[in-house]
Amino acid sequence: MMSHEELEQTTAKVQQEQRAAGDRINVCVAAGCLSLHSDAVQKSLTDEAKKSGARCSVRGVGCMGLCSAGPVVSHEPAQAVAAEDKTTAQPTRLYGGVQPGHAAKIVASLNQEPVRELAIDTAMPFFAKQTKIVLENSGSINPESIEEYIAAGGYRALLRALHEMTPAEVVQEISASGLRGRGGAGYPTGLKWATVARAAGATKYVICNADEGDPGAFMDRSVLESDPHRVLEGMILAAYAVGASQGYIYLRAEYPLAVQRLGVAIREAKRMGLLGAEIAGTRMSLHLEIRLGAGAFVCGEETALIASIEGRRGTPQPRPPYPAESGLWNSPTLINNVETYANVSPILARGSAWYAAQGTAKSKGTKVFALSGKARNTGLIEVPMGMTLREIIFDIGGGVPAGHTFKAVQTGGPSGGCIPESLLDIPVDYDSLMQAGSIMGSGGMIVMDDSSCMVSVARFFMEFCMSESCGKCVPCRAGTAQMHGLLTRITEGVATHRDLDLLVRLCEMVGATSLCGLGQTAPNPVLSTLRYFKNEYLAHIEDKHCPAGVCECATTPAEVNA
Amino acid sequence: MSAAPGAKTFVIDGVDASATPGQTILSAAREHNIFIPTLCHLEGLGDVGACRLCLVEVKGARRLLPACTTRVDEGMEVTTNSPRLADYRQMTMQLLFAERNHVCSVCVANNHCEMQSMATTLGMTHVEVPYRFPALTVDASHERFTLDHNRCILCTRCVRVCSEIEGAHTWDVMGRGIQSKVITDLDQPWGTSETCTSCGKCVQVCPTGALFQKNRTGERRGKDPSFLPYLRTMREEL
Ligand SMILES: Cc1cc2nc3c(=O)[nH]c(=O)nc-3n(C[C@H](O)[C@H](O)[C@H](O)COP(=O)(O)O)c2cc1C
Ligand code: SF4
Ligand code: SF4
Ligand code: SF4
Ligand code: SF4
Ligand code: FES
Ligand code: FES
Repeated sequence: MMSHEELEQTTAKVQQEQRAAGDRINVCVAAGCLSLHSDAVQKSLTDEAKKSGARCSVRGVGCMGLCSAGPVVSHEPAQAVAAEDKTTAQPTRLYGGVQPGHAAKIVASLNQEPVRELAIDTAMPFFAKQTKIVLENSGSINPESIEEYIAAGGYRALLRALHEMTPAEVVQEISASGLRGRGGAGYPTGLKWATVARAAGATKYVICNADEGDPGAFMDRSVLESDPHRVLEGMILAAYAVGASQGYIYLRAEYPLAVQRLGVAIREAKRMGLLGAEIAGTRMSLHLEIRLGAGAFVCGEETALIASIEGRRGTPQPRPPYPAESGLWNSPTLINNVETYANVSPILARGSAWYAAQGTAKSKGTKVFALSGKARNTGLIEVPMGMTLREIIFDIGGGVPAGHTFKAVQTGGPSGGCIPESLLDIPVDYDSLMQAGSIMGSGGMIVMDDSSCMVSVARFFMEFCMSESCGKCVPCRAGTAQMHGLLTRITEGVATHRDLDLLVRLCEMVGATSLCGLGQTAPNPVLSTLRYFKNEYLAHIEDKHCPAGVCECATTPAEVNA
Repeated sequence: MSAAPGAKTFVIDGVDASATPGQTILSAAREHNIFIPTLCHLEGLGDVGACRLCLVEVKGARRLLPACTTRVDEGMEVTTNSPRLADYRQMTMQLLFAERNHVCSVCVANNHCEMQSMATTLGMTHVEVPYRFPALTVDASHERFTLDHNRCILCTRCVRVCSEIEGAHTWDVMGRGIQSKVITDLDQPWGTSETCTSCGKCVQVCPTGALFQKNRTGERRGKDPSFLPYLRTMREEL
């Protein structure tokens, strides 16, 4: 049985150990840096530290955000590790592009000046303009240590809720916070929880949707790899609130590191009595299982995901009934996204009013984005809702590299759209992005410069939707293939105005008639590029010319028609 | 109005109507002699909402709703036809005709095909979307029946009748998106299937020329799925 006192004891023990260990060298071993062999960097730093006899520890931690500078290493001076007040402490040093050969230099610098040639300026807007709630522990705790999560304040909110709050009060806190689903559609989380809590049924389920299939998106993976207990704590709180005792985390099999870390986290939480039967000595039980998806994008759609957990073919089904009423094995089922769950514990720990004070009127809190494409700084960022696209791209992202000019930013992946320069001052919130013809989506954000052809971009996303369509309903199955064919004709310079008209008609029809979100939103990349970059379509059709010089437009249309 | 207990009153195409609890819009509409086009629906089989022909407008709903799977709610206002719906339905038929290889004049199902007659009913006069002409196969390995993928519209009636009614689970759908196809057992030739009882139900319910009985020509090649509601009722009463 785990009690508040034990959490405090664990915390004290971890802090004592950390103080005793002296300086801390943290190596990012999340997927981005790991793919740049940060494990080798960690090894040589460990060897070097041992050899030098310096009073320091070398730890593997999660993503520190600036993945484009990877492999990333941070150095927390002993004084900062021990400090109660981090703001006055000696600042953490950050290094980028670290190779195993730099290990000796870094270890030698512990009580000296920082290693200049590797230093990253931690005062730069990339860091200064972010607000970290979901990512607050990412890159600073060891994701495989439950003690470190506890020492960082973890599991307090759970114990307090279990001992001092009714399930209805937990739902009420989440409703009052204004949290909305981070999986794409932005459905109010409190409302969903209340529906499941109210639904009749002895058995209820909670599911964490970690299928993350948008091309270029890695927010959920990173959260699971960097701070898995935060997601578990959110799920346990959700299960308490809605009355579920069984839960599933549906994860892509392509995320082996996330699978492994989550597995460790589940085992550790069970060992500590924070998961399983009689959690923290209460009557609340929750059994969690990981289910691996085969990587079909459509399995992220909630009804398809449920079918897949049940062992059926992962195809969407008409809603209603909604999973909240009749989901897994026809029982009321709460299904939320990884990032949604990751917000729960901070909301309960610090209060709904604190959370609701951040963001805009209708979009509260922060949003994590995977910033990629033609920006100087790319990686994982977390910003308050309501920040403008311009601030994100030009301040945090540092703008497009010299020699090119900004053209558009794509949000929402294959369900979203491209937003032009003229709209960069809109605030990032669910409603503003929708009005601009895109969506918040799960957090992919791709910056494009003048070297991108917007017709090709639309075609790329349509190709994705076509090949990821489950094939169940006619408009999506046959319609995406037809739209892809028409977009291909345009990029080849053989399309006519009639083709363009047909494309527009299909966009409308497929959007209005498809069964699930995949087909319903598949036309968005086409519609938004037509709205803001119609001249590029016309150039391909009328002049057989690609303004960005990307497409090889045929000079003799007859050839391709044959 | 004297309605059965729990009956729902609603409005369909401007006419007051009633439905039993849990009744779908489609079923209630048919009882009131209102036509809603369907292809994947078949009386007696579970509904999947796949063909999207039966989409109707429901006042206050954010999206169009499939009549075959949407249950009537008290006070619902349903519109079963409008210029927009007519346009979408025609486009759905066009997408189906262009998806595979439908050449009616040489098809075994010519004049006995639900898809063909639906196209006529919906006033589809020509196909504007480009024909895709995929290269598809025919499986004639079964001693009595043939599967011609060129004519299949993936309505999954065969899959459902074989699992829900015959209990043989011979059919399944393989692949994704435009590459999807119906398969028998684990994509083995139908003739070698160990689960198929050769009952012929899938052939009778197939709305197109994709499944047909060998050596049947002329008037005798029509299909008759009317056994289905009968079988369902019999079983439910047993
Ligand atoms: C084609 C498709 C793919 C989806 N993929 C995901 C996904 O990978 N992760 C996710 O959380 N939600 C995904 N969703 C949204 C889910 O259906 C569901 O709305 C979400 O998990 C609900 O959680 P939330 O309320 O916390 O956002 C997808 C939806 C569609 C239509
Ligand atoms: S919209 Fe596409 S993915 Fe969704 S059910 Fe229809 S075919 Fe499948
Ligand atoms: S299946 Fe029907 S629509 Fe297709 S070719 Fe045969 S008769 Fe024509
Ligand atoms: S003949 Fe009967 S058993 Fe064989 S596939 Fe068709 S429905 Fe199934
Ligand atoms: S074979 Fe016939 S019944 Fe089966 S999916 Fe194709 S068209 Fe439908
Ligand atoms: S993966 Fe290392 S900083 Fe993001
Ligand atoms: S009949 Fe309703 S979707 Fe096919």
